[in-house]
Amino acid sequence: MAEEHGAQAEHTDEKSSAYKTRLGVRMFLIYCVVYFGFVVINSVKPTLMGADIGGLNLAIVYGMGLIVLALIMAMIYTNLCSKEERKHGETLGGRRK
Amino acid sequence: MIYQKCYLAIALFFALVLFVIWLSVYLGRRTKSPKGYFAAGGTIHWSVNGIAFAGDYLSAASFLGICGMIAVVGYDGFLYSIGFLAGWIVALFVVAEAMKRLGKYTFTDALDSKFQSKGIQLMAGISTLIVSMFYLIPQMVGAGALVTPLLGLPHWLGVVIVGGTVIVIVATAGMASTTYVQFLKGGLLIIFSTVLVICLFNRGLSTSPDHGGDKPYHKFKTLEAEVANDDTLTLSDPSYNVPAGWQDTPYFKDGFMKLEQAGITSFWKIEKRGEGYTLEETLTVTIRPDGEKLYNGAPKKAGRFFQVGHLKEIRIDGKPVDKTGSLGPISFLSAIKDSTVVLWEKKVLRDGDDRVTVYYQKPTEGRRVMRPGLKFKVGRAPIETLNFISLMLALFFGTAALPHILIRYYTVPSAACARKSTIVAIAAIGFFYILTMYLGLGAMVSGVVNITDNNMSAPLLAQSFGTTLFSIITAIAFATVLGTVSGLIVASTGAVAHDFMDKLMGMKMSDKTKVVAGKVTAVVVGVVAIILGIVFKGMNVSFLVGWAFAVAASANLPSIIMLLFWKKTTKRGIAASIGVGIVSAVGLILLSPSMYVRYGKLASEAPFALDNPGIISIPLSFITLVVVSLLTQRSTGNESSMVATA
Repeated sequence: MAEEHGAQAEHTDEKSSAYKTRLGVRMFLIYCVVYFGFVVINSVKPTLMGADIGGLNLAIVYGMGLIVLALIMAMIYTNLCSKEERKHGETLGGRRK
Repeated sequence: MIYQKCYLAIALFFALVLFVIWLSVYLGRRTKSPKGYFAAGGTIHWSVNGIAFAGDYLSAASFLGICGMIAVVGYDGFLYSIGFLAGWIVALFVVAEAMKRLGKYTFTDALDSKFQSKGIQLMAGISTLIVSMFYLIPQMVGAGALVTPLLGLPHWLGVVIVGGTVIVIVATAGMASTTYVQFLKGGLLIIFSTVLVICLFNRGLSTSPDHGGDKPYHKFKTLEAEVANDDTLTLSDPSYNVPAGWQDTPYFKDGFMKLEQAGITSFWKIEKRGEGYTLEETLTVTIRPDGEKLYNGAPKKAGRFFQVGHLKEIRIDGKPVDKTGSLGPISFLSAIKDSTVVLWEKKVLRDGDDRVTVYYQKPTEGRRVMRPGLKFKVGRAPIETLNFISLMLALFFGTAALPHILIRYYTVPSAACARKSTIVAIAAIGFFYILTMYLGLGAMVSGVVNITDNNMSAPLLAQSFGTTLFSIITAIAFATVLGTVSGLIVASTGAVAHDFMDKLMGMKMSDKTKVVAGKVTAVVVGVVAIILGIVFKGMNVSFLVGWAFAVAASANLPSIIMLLFWKKTTKRGIAASIGVGIVSAVGLILLSPSMYVRYGKLASEAPFALDNPGIISIPLSFITLVVVSLLTQRSTGNESSMVATA
């Protein structure tokens, strides 16, 4: 049963996986730039993090922004992946079981 | 001292243990196959798996450690939240689908899928065990620390209860029971943390937090002292006596003075003011030569020690106020930013043969608390900056390499479900990490912090809203430990029974024997975890988790990434990279300043100046993989071209 399942999953993913991998790497690199931008500001000029933005400051807005951005990018990624899977008729995995 | 036995908390605690045992035994009857035991049959719905991810990932370090750290150093604690969450991006975009496609029960399966190499099986199995052990110790220590004050049980008994319960969870239904325990815990943790934050917003901020009227806040005393011509000191409160020779004491030049009132000794922080001094009350923990501990000059039972944390001044729209009334998510943060927070500094003094730890007030601008720099001295010392970068690197790359997280990808039916469950996990975990900022800051200003152990800050914040919420939150904190430890033990059983016994040693076990081997391993690993939890008593909960991330990122991530994206990767390259990753990360940890302090030596004597090894060990592991792979191209040429569908 286990072997069957593994083989099945691999088969249904085959056509879209190259697209999904490429998309994943690109989105990962975008997030990397934003994340390490945060690390660099903290390391080189931490006082800048205290700069006011509205009622808050850059540290809070950037930090919480990183968390929210992760969720937004994750949702975009899965939507694009699902679209590609549908294009190749690979909807099995995405459905409720 | 600060904690009292709470019978509702005890009742909820035991109700939870009984429910979890019942659930595990119930699910255990249906778990017969290895796939059922190690991967919950691969039939878990993605939404359940997503919340279980949260339950698995949000360990004692997140709930107790991060909230406690924010409560005493502000924003720097939140950096852990950001790093822990950002790591999921690596998991989702790079690792999730590939892991699901290539593996079966364990992450070794995925790494080994193209090579069927004994070297990879051995090294990846060892890596799983080492990372899981690094992660297990603080969870077990946290369990003991949590149970001790609440149930009045000794530390070891707390660890045994947790270990015993977890052994039942894992040895009955393996991944199935573990998944539902983690789902339950993840859901409850997020719901009740939200309730706690809403209560906090409703109560608002006050300069004298009184737990909603239940407990008057301790008003700190300030004394004025005049120095006469003959050097005698006259205090504004004559009930205090100044010991003779007050100027000659060793702690006077450190800025402290000892006073005595009705037979009780106290230490005061002194500030020069004109010809005299201003003295400010402190909290002290004194260790006598015979080992007796005095809290504020008296034994624990006397109840002289108290919880701390308040705002010295609150400013709303530039005007000072004593209370804010209810606040919203943004106005709560901006009110703290514009106010002055009283933080606490620590100094250890010698008073004859006594060792006195003095905790004194340090009023700090809110805007200073709301940006980095109080714990990580970034921008000032290059080593501190490097330490910070190293930690943020390990947190970012560690999540996607944690074996107990990776195995959760095998519990869902397909790669698409793996992806969807990761998104549910990011939403749930991200939301919780945003809450940690409010819980930590809330504890910081609500007069609830036990300054000797900030790990209990979140449960103590709940206590300031009444016994019911406190009992629920502590029961959930306990479930937090159960959920994470179960996941770690399942990962370890997979490594031993599946990777070592079945694949590496080629024991060709039947399905039934494999499940039995998994169950026996669960008992053995559980017992080892209990022993480690007792041995490492008193160790900081967040401390070792950061290291577990560093070891995982160094040992596992380079192999996973290169297997997927570099066609020339060979089996020897992978095995060598894992080996070098483990040895360099663990080795540098053993040579770090923090470990040197634990050996009883000076931090400055440590041969390696950083506490976080990631910045060295992660690149080293990558380089090893590349060099060894290039050197072994000819011998493994045919195998190396079988790269995942990248």
